[in-house]
Amino acid sequence: MSNQATTGHDTAHGSFDTKPIWRTFWILLAITLVEITLATIHMKTDFPSKYVLNGIYLILTCAKAFYIIAEFMHLRHEIKNMIMTIAVPACLFIWFIIAFLWDGASYNALRNRYDRHYADQNKEKVVQPAEKPGKPE
Amino acid sequence: MAQAVPAGQKWWSGGKSPFNVEYGKLMMWYFLMSDSFTFGAFLISYGSIRFATNGWPNPNEVFRAFPFFGETNLPLVFVSLMTFILIMSSVTMVLAVAAGHSGDQKKVTFYMILTILGGLAFLGCQAWEWTHLHGEGAWWGRNPFLNADGSRATTNFTNFFFTITGFHGFHVFSGVVINVIMLIKNLRGDFARKGHYLMIEKAGLYWHFVDLVWVFVFTCFYLL
Repeated sequence: MSNQATTGHDTAHGSFDTKPIWRTFWILLAITLVEITLATIHMKTDFPSKYVLNGIYLILTCAKAFYIIAEFMHLRHEIKNMIMTIAVPACLFIWFIIAFLWDGASYNALRNRYDRHYADQNKEKVVQPAEKPGKPE
Repeated sequence: MAQAVPAGQKWWSGGKSPFNVEYGKLMMWYFLMSDSFTFGAFLISYGSIRFATNGWPNPNEVFRAFPFFGETNLPLVFVSLMTFILIMSSVTMVLAVAAGHSGDQKKVTFYMILTILGGLAFLGCQAWEWTHLHGEGAWWGRNPFLNADGSRATTNFTNFFFTITGFHGFHVFSGVVINVIMLIKNLRGDFARKGHYLMIEKAGLYWHFVDLVWVFVFTCFYLL
């Protein structure tokens, strides 16, 4: 019984080519390098504004995630129903992220409006002694 | 491309696996599914707290050290190295799975050893980074770093950093343990006797998942 599933499996997945693996590797590496380059440019010149940059990072991260799941984890080569049982529940993340970030931002806005102490806290700069920051007393 | 399915195939009439995937592999997928929600909950609570806070430290000022370079300002370099190590070990893992498909026991051993070495290298990097940050006075409940605008930062910054990278590091550690077990089983010839290397594939799924999570940790803590 269980034998049947495994033998059927072997023939169906026989096409495990090493070429797409290396292609995926280069894509992942290139995306990471682009991210680091953008971050470095931003550090030096402040050019792409942080908001634009964050959007780019998120898109590139999702692209990397897609390649890892599709190629390394081989999900793209499975049966469609199987892909859907993974992909559809993962869509919950869309709601999950929007709802919780929105909630956090709204909480912050409320505190800034009604809690004077909280709002002022971040206006005080910490006076640093000459030694480098981060040294424990 | 998705596998071609014969038209009119009656998947649910019994006798065959509806997803054409071995039971254990399917369950590994569902375990990873649930694990992704655990990590998702961690990262989203981090995001939620960050959105609920006025200021936040600039990661490029916090994570700027590299082993043996002392005080040199090298933001992003060390974490790029860690990312590269993890992606590379993911590649050797797929190559091990591919070798398993062609039943090449020796190649499986070779690539499994490389994967384990990659995992250990990553853990070593993380241990160094934690030690370094701890030396700077950062730990759970202690945050020596200031916000980007120079005001006092909350300890949430370090709390989330150590909790989430720690949780991920623990996943890497268990992945290495699983891979070592797979290597031993392979050396004993267990898979060759069975005639298939599906266990390698399942360990591989877990290992890639660890890499996948790192992609998000990398973005959330070091880039955003």
